[in-house]
Amino acid sequence: MANKEVVLLDFCTSMFGMRARIALAEKGVDYKYKEEDLDNKSELLLKLNPVHKKIPVLIHKDRPVCESLIIVQYIDEVWNHQSPLLPSDPHQRAQARFWADFVDKKIYYHGRKLWTTKGEELEVARKEFIECLKLLEQELGDKPYFGGDTINFVDIALVPFYSWFYTYETFGNFMIKESCPKIIEWAKRCLQRESVAKSLPDEKVVYEFVCELKKKRGI
Amino acid sequence: MGGEEKAKLLGVWSSPYSRRVELALKLKGVPFEYVEEDLSQKSALLLKCNPVHKKIPVLLHNGKSIVESLVILEYIDETWKGHSLLPQDPYERANARFWAKFIDDKLMPSVWKTFLSKEKERDKNKEEAYELLRTLESELKDKKYFGGDDIGYLDVVANVVAFWIQRVQSVVAIDLLNQVCFPILCKWIERLYHEIPVIKECLPPKDKHLVYIKARYEAATAANGNL
Repeated sequence: MANKEVVLLDFCTSMFGMRARIALAEKGVDYKYKEEDLDNKSELLLKLNPVHKKIPVLIHKDRPVCESLIIVQYIDEVWNHQSPLLPSDPHQRAQARFWADFVDKKIYYHGRKLWTTKGEELEVARKEFIECLKLLEQELGDKPYFGGDTINFVDIALVPFYSWFYTYETFGNFMIKESCPKIIEWAKRCLQRESVAKSLPDEKVVYEFVCELKKKRGI
Repeated sequence: MGGEEKAKLLGVWSSPYSRRVELALKLKGVPFEYVEEDLSQKSALLLKCNPVHKKIPVLLHNGKSIVESLVILEYIDETWKGHSLLPQDPYERANARFWAKFIDDKLMPSVWKTFLSKEKERDKNKEEAYELLRTLESELKDKKYFGGDDIGYLDVVANVVAFWIQRVQSVVAIDLLNQVCFPILCKWIERLYHEIPVIKECLPPKDKHLVYIKARYEAATAANGNL
């Protein structure tokens, strides 16, 4: 029986929601998952995140925490008995925060354009997307995970996008493996962890969702 | 802490993001060396320390570089004792981080957009910025500072709200942050300015700053085709 003390308002294909799911799973936290209808947002969501009206929202002891990377840090700080998600050294923590912020600013931004734009705009987005992934690949280096021997904040920030790669590749007409093979290897390695495997939807589910969304919005 | 390399900040005198870091260092009593960057001719050091974004501020400490002002603020808080910037409680910390992100990702872009608006879009953009300022003000409520009884992380982040908005609005003649509409925010600004000594040290000199803002505004609107 899920612990009513922790609730996650989420949406299955949201990479931001996936981050929260992975963090909770890494920490072994029992929680209640509540799927939101983004076309018909619940009163609870609107009440708990009045500023952005977005998921994910983590509810803990009746108090909301919003914004996925903030949620992951909160989870790390509250459930600090196992699986630290951020390094203990301040400089390494700063590096982790920097790269997670980079994922938000660049990967999401350019990734979105891969399925919402056409022609030259799409070509630019594809180029930028690949360049940003390459930088992340460089940062990963020879490590199995961004966190070294185990997954950390940056892995959690980025791996949800793997479930969107098929969608990006199909609409963007390119293969990520060709430019960033190490990222693909890394993602598959992450998927061997239960916390990641059970938090990411199937890539075809994401693709179907985006097709529907494009139809609905006439994109 | 003997033998430790002195901290070095690469910044720009007029940048609120650079000034935030200065403010945090001064509140903590951290001795540091300041290096003024020329953004039209970025130094080899800046490009080496921030190859990804090539931006200031950059904090150098113990041979390593830290970039992105919010990341730097947390690094400063974790590395040096003294005045604590972020609260101890995880929920309060999450709350402070949320509002910091709100200021940088939502509020300030809306404010800049308002100031640079073409005439026909100005009212709509202004209304949006108003709403966002009201939202931020509601977070302050009846507290002395965003940090409670003493200034904290969010007050430092909100330096851009406190001091840059009023200076820019005086130059562009768009009245956004005023006493009538935002009495609580304005009182907080006064309190910061008069009660926290290092605040004044971390502001760009007013006259020089207003001249700079005017020049940048004219360049931006000429590019936009407003003039």
